[in-house]
Amino acid sequence: MSRLAVPKTYKLYIGGAFPRSESGRTYEVLAADGSFLANAALASRKDARDAVVAARAAVSGWSGATAYNRGQVLYRIAELLEGRRAQFVAEIEETEGVTRAAASAQVDEAIDRWVWYAGWADKFAQVAGNANPVAGPYFNISVPEPTGVVAIVVPQDSSLLGFVSAVAPALVAGNSVVAVASERFPLSAISLAEVLATSDVPKGVVNVLTGSPAEIAPWLASHADVNALDLVGAGALDWVSLEIDAADTLKRVLRPESGPDAAAPALGRIAAFTETKTVWHTKSLR
Amino acid sequence: MSGTSLVSARERAIAVLGGEPDDATLRRYLHGIAGVDAVGLEQRAAGLGTRSIKTSSKQWALDRIIELIDLTTLEGADTPGKVRSLVAKAVNPDPSDASTPRVAAVCVYGDMVPYAIEALGGAHGDPDDGLISVAAVATAFPSGRASLDIKLADTAEAVAAGADEIDMVIDRGAFLAGRYGLVFDQIAAVKEACRRPDGTSASLKVILETGELVTYDNVRRASWLSILAGGDFIKTSTGKVAPAATLPVTLLMLEVVRDWHLATGQRIGVKPAGGIRSSKDAIKYLVTVAETVGEEWLQPHLFRFGASSLLNDVLLQRQKIASGHYSGADYVTID
Repeated sequence: MSRLAVPKTYKLYIGGAFPRSESGRTYEVLAADGSFLANAALASRKDARDAVVAARAAVSGWSGATAYNRGQVLYRIAELLEGRRAQFVAEIEETEGVTRAAASAQVDEAIDRWVWYAGWADKFAQVAGNANPVAGPYFNISVPEPTGVVAIVVPQDSSLLGFVSAVAPALVAGNSVVAVASERFPLSAISLAEVLATSDVPKGVVNVLTGSPAEIAPWLASHADVNALDLVGAGALDWVSLEIDAADTLKRVLRPESGPDAAAPALGRIAAFTETKTVWHTKSLR
Repeated sequence: MSGTSLVSARERAIAVLGGEPDDATLRRYLHGIAGVDAVGLEQRAAGLGTRSIKTSSKQWALDRIIELIDLTTLEGADTPGKVRSLVAKAVNPDPSDASTPRVAAVCVYGDMVPYAIEALGGAHGDPDDGLISVAAVATAFPSGRASLDIKLADTAEAVAAGADEIDMVIDRGAFLAGRYGLVFDQIAAVKEACRRPDGTSASLKVILETGELVTYDNVRRASWLSILAGGDFIKTSTGKVAPAATLPVTLLMLEVVRDWHLATGQRIGVKPAGGIRSSKDAIKYLVTVAETVGEEWLQPHLFRFGASSLLNDVLLQRQKIASGHYSGADYVTID
């Protein structure tokens, strides 16, 4: 006798909890062959609003943690990912319809990338910051500081790697994130959220919305309490008008990328969501 | 604003009670009031909280909430500067939108009243005229643990400084010990101290501090007691004790006010204070008021919110409606 199937309903990840969409809507996630895989929440604008509130509340704690501590917390996520790699491999195989080897390679690369960014947490400020030369008995020091809440439309054609490539760099500097997952491949993003929920990442630092980026992104782009907008996966959307919306509240914006090198690991992705703070301090004249 | 006259309040109390308001008479009367159905009360409050208020109704509600706010700062660290910035916010809550109404009053400690009045200038007056009243907490706020003389001096000083409204605390210790006569006499005496030399009187809000009264029955008795003794308003809490205002407690107090109005024709105000931080919660209170005592109570002389952070949330909601996109804390003042 076969067991009764227990299909999973994937929920949102907001403020450290897994709520259903406020709207009660769901949509079917299909496998590559068109068969039913799972139900996922179809987030509404109010879910996006709640996610921004949660992210805003998390900014002071996460950005106030020491860079070393943030690095440790991020590295710990890579450890947890490693422990659940079988689940991620199976999910990617099913949703993307790729071979086990290709799915394994994607998980490996996602974990490696996460480790790479984690390592930058306590090294980034040394590289991006500077002691500026000035004509006087002063220190003049520039340091990168997190910009605040970053809304991200993650790459849409990848389940895990795209999500990691877009979310990890925003976290490194101390931002909190509202990520709109891939509409077609949302399962890995929510599974990753389950990893985050059991890691040391404070609640609200990462929030994951599943559903239609075309529906949610404009609300995030125009939201006055969002400080930056990463449109890396928004190539198929009307991203120019999103950029225009974002300009109204002077958000930092990263434009869409496509191709195999989309969201490739780079210091620039960390620097994009920082503000440079420059301070003067008197030098001792002996 | 002028309150009810003391003589008529006392006479009415004697008529209602059937005797002098001493411990025994009040005890007989207050304990004769039917007990509160706690489950039913909470269910009713929860039911009223589920109403969906949208679009133009919501817009109306948000503006009305602002008009009903007692913008409050009651910190040990209050300075004249803090009071001035509070007043600036009360007069012009949202500088980016001139259509924003003003709040009903500012609520401060008694010694801050002169600074509030000076800062208000021409904006000081009756909320019915679009002006802003000054409310002062008195009678050894928030604990109420002081002798009657000190409480009266505290009150008289605030009234002399120009306060339009006095928020007094009842002696919860005496109430819980069953000394209802003492509580009655203190409220009546403070009411007398609210009188100004010209014969008018500052409006008296009586704070029950429902969080310390433990049971709904006690809240109902304290509400009756405060109204009998001459309070113009009954107020839930000081904001210094948790739980502060809750919807069931406010509903219960509104029911007492409704019953009093039916019995005597006199309208008493209600002021939930403390813990109301979101527009969504505040709208639930508006619904509760309208459904319990009627929409005519939704005016500054009969209903107030004691709040500080609520105003910012209402302003964010107004900005959302006006602009079509979500606003953020960077677009309202910090305090």
